[in-house]
Amino acid sequence: MNIRLKIWRQEHEGDAGKMVDYSLNDISSDMSFLEMLDTLNEQLIQKNERTIEFDHDCREGICGQCGVMINGRPHGPLTNTTTCQLHMRTFKDNELIVIEPFRATAFPVKCDLKVDRSAFDRIIQAGGFISVNTGQAPEANDIPIGSPVAESAFDAAACIGCGACVAVCKNASAALFTSAKISHLVLLPQGKIEAAARVKNMVEQMDNEGFGHCSNTEACEVACPQAISVLHIARMNYEYNKLQVLKK
Amino acid sequence: MLDARIPDGPLAEKWSNFKSHARLVNPANRKKLTVIVVGTGLAGSALAASMAEMGYHVKCFCFQDTPRRAHSVAAQGGVNACKNYKNDGDSVYRMFYDTIKGGDFRSREANVYRLAECSASLIDQAVAQGVPFAREYGGYLNNRSFGGVQVSRTFYARGQTGQQLLLGAYQALMRQVGLGNVELHARHEMMDLVLTDGVARGIIVRNMDTGKLERYGGHAVVLATGGFGKIYFLSTLAMGANGSAIWRAYKRGAYMANPSWTQIHPTCLPQSGEYQSKLTLMSESLRNDGRIWVPKKQDDQRSPNNIPEEERDYYLERKYPAFGNLSPRDIASRAAKERIDEGYGVGPLRNAVYLDFTRAIQNQGEAAIRKKYGNLFTMYQKITNVNAYKEPMKISPAAHFSMGGLWVDYELMTTIPGLFAIGEANFADHGANRLGANSLLQACVDGYFIAPYTLANYLAADIKTGPIDTEDVAFAKAQVGVEEFMSKLLAIKGNQSADQFHRLLGKILYDKCGLLRSKEGLMAAITEIRQLKAEFWKNLHVPGGEAMNSELEKAGRVADFLELAELMCNDALYRNESCGAHFRVEYQTPDGEALRNDKDFAFVSAWEYKGEDNGPELHKEELNFDVVTPTVRSYK
Ligand SMILES: Cc1cc2nc3c(=O)[nH]c(=O)nc-3n(C[C@H](O)[C@H](O)[C@H](O)COP(=O)(O)OP(=O)(O)OC[C@H]3O[C@@H](n4cnc5c(N)ncnc54)[C@H](O)[C@@H]3O)c2cc1C
Ligand code: FES
Repeated sequence: MNIRLKIWRQEHEGDAGKMVDYSLNDISSDMSFLEMLDTLNEQLIQKNERTIEFDHDCREGICGQCGVMINGRPHGPLTNTTTCQLHMRTFKDNELIVIEPFRATAFPVKCDLKVDRSAFDRIIQAGGFISVNTGQAPEANDIPIGSPVAESAFDAAACIGCGACVAVCKNASAALFTSAKISHLVLLPQGKIEAAARVKNMVEQMDNEGFGHCSNTEACEVACPQAISVLHIARMNYEYNKLQVLKK
Repeated sequence: MLDARIPDGPLAEKWSNFKSHARLVNPANRKKLTVIVVGTGLAGSALAASMAEMGYHVKCFCFQDTPRRAHSVAAQGGVNACKNYKNDGDSVYRMFYDTIKGGDFRSREANVYRLAECSASLIDQAVAQGVPFAREYGGYLNNRSFGGVQVSRTFYARGQTGQQLLLGAYQALMRQVGLGNVELHARHEMMDLVLTDGVARGIIVRNMDTGKLERYGGHAVVLATGGFGKIYFLSTLAMGANGSAIWRAYKRGAYMANPSWTQIHPTCLPQSGEYQSKLTLMSESLRNDGRIWVPKKQDDQRSPNNIPEEERDYYLERKYPAFGNLSPRDIASRAAKERIDEGYGVGPLRNAVYLDFTRAIQNQGEAAIRKKYGNLFTMYQKITNVNAYKEPMKISPAAHFSMGGLWVDYELMTTIPGLFAIGEANFADHGANRLGANSLLQACVDGYFIAPYTLANYLAADIKTGPIDTEDVAFAKAQVGVEEFMSKLLAIKGNQSADQFHRLLGKILYDKCGLLRSKEGLMAAITEIRQLKAEFWKNLHVPGGEAMNSELEKAGRVADFLELAELMCNDALYRNESCGAHFRVEYQTPDGEALRNDKDFAFVSAWEYKGEDNGPELHKEELNFDVVTPTVRSYK
């Protein structure tokens, strides 16, 4: 198949950046989207042009490192699929594909399609953990946890931290990311103890990083490769409001 | 002969003896000591967090944009621990024995015993961190079985066990970063190790966002940089996985052990075209319910569902009735290769075998299978466009895990004082073949429970050293060396990309230093690798400059892989026996199984770098089996 591409090129943070046109001919529709970019980069190397910088590592949908806007959608047209798991068979012959970085104030563009998502790390640093040192743990089966509870905690814990939820949100809110961690930990008996401090600190950090507020458009759940539910945002809000009420 | 510094006493007491007598560092002195941890996978994150919790100062590095993306995240199947929750006869000894036997009697008894001994605590630690392992309806932890063993000791979190364990370790690490006890440097790649007076004292790293080189000093340096299976180009590893950190350490004097022992995993997605960049693993847990077969007729073009039962060859069940589809990985992979090479392969390139769930779905229902493996079936469909509930999966062997790595003693220290290696980066514990679900365990146990003790034992002598001066000439010299290396790569301006060389290298290794090895093949491989290396330094093309530049990163890694590949071939050539994943065609039993030679080869090969112009020097660590008696490994 043949494709036409418009790709965001930006030398470094602060550079103006622009869209540049490329095209690729005779590629296999079984190719993954990132292999398509590899193929384009091979051609750029032959022409001694700077290759397109994009993030990726595992290429199997689990590390969360990949992620670009494809025709205006984070990770492209398929629901619950990372950029690395997208294949060219999803596109039509001669289709125009527009590729841009994830955009958000809290995710500055570093170069071409690479953005800085370290704000997510700082949200976790603020409270996305259970305070247990190595060596302190009791015997694992001492605290039984019902399978449904463990499974719900898992649903939230499955987040891969890619940032698609932020990129798709018109407010660039990190509510889905933050709430998924809050939900994962508050559902488990081990995580309940620190619930109040956790929600307060994580929500504050989220605001400090420059993420916007959640206005419940629910676009994030659709864009999320792991299909993390917006119900976690409701749980985060509940935990947060509980705190405000208790304070008064 | 190399001395592994194994503590005295009976096997079961060695580790407690060590812990009781190891030197300690007083809490007030710990903050004066800095530990550099390169790598934030399970091994690195676990260690960095644990050391910081104890009060040491930690500097931690990874090449991804956040520690949570280390390739441990991709492990699907599970993690072993001998909790014996199933009451099926598991014990520390049995786990030790399974691991030693699985490794084809080529690992160190004392290390393996300690691995099994510490396994139970890992599950406790992970659960306390909030890792949502699978549970039974009563709320207790669930287990499943994995290849090469007959008990159920594998703990799992759906098909995302690595992700969940890593997030537990990552969160512990983030907590320490937030508290100011760990200095985190993501997107920093280690370029060299710095020694002063023969002792590891720091590293040179490249900031991958700016291209700038930076120096960091510490009282000990720990490499937790994962496996180098990516050397085969097509592998189950991440795109950035590399051998560079351990290779630079090797060139500074750390010995490299058994570098050619690579696990080729039997259940991966087959290659579908020349453009392909990686091979995705389908968790081995699928072999609990999936049955592996090929058509009885060569080059059978029919669709699998049209091939009647009696025309299918369930070759693992046929050849290894006791373990069947759960035979260990080396055996399952070789059996698949044998069928494929004989012309029974399936799929468009005839490079695959079937993994079939029909019977499991009939017996247990589709819902039960979906609950166990749903995400794997979804992943399979995303990649191949095939619904595996309706049609068997096509799988094929792919490079997956490095049993080899930096040689370490019982304390996980390399031959360079102050340089430690943990997790997949070291060679320990798995012998010539790693059992499924044992390496998440090893990475975790090294990081949480072993290195914190052995590092303290080492650091106790360093409390008066004071801060490490990175202005020292050793740092300056190392930095100049890295600068020269980078400029050399940029200056070649030939006409081939780093990936093109990497693909060719991968092909040589798959053909001649993969599942099957022979003297002629290995000798030819060495010649080909040398030619490829010469061609690389003549014809590589890296566009762009020193700032952020993925092509430059790749080029550096490929340059190291080209050298490491030759050492792998030398290692495989020297070992005139077959053991585990190392199968030399000259050494096999009449029915085609590995023929080990305990008389001449019951040792670890540890290679010492002797400079650009000389071959490496071999040192041997003798393997003494005081407790188990090496037997012929049979899964029939
Ligand atoms: C697809 C797949 C599935 C697997 N499934 C299982 C399973 O089910 N059960 C099991 O037990 N094992 C499994 N394994 C094996 C297991 O996951 C690994 O052996 C283990 O996670 C390795 O952990 P690690 O901490 O040593 O390294 P990794 O997790 O690979 O981490 C390496 C770290 O080093 C850093 N690094 C590397 N090079 C450099 C450098 N030059 N400079 C700076 N930083 C660097 C990286 O950034 C990363 O942080 C699987 C492996 C793969 C590939
Ligand atoms: S590259 Fe890891 S999720 Fe896409």
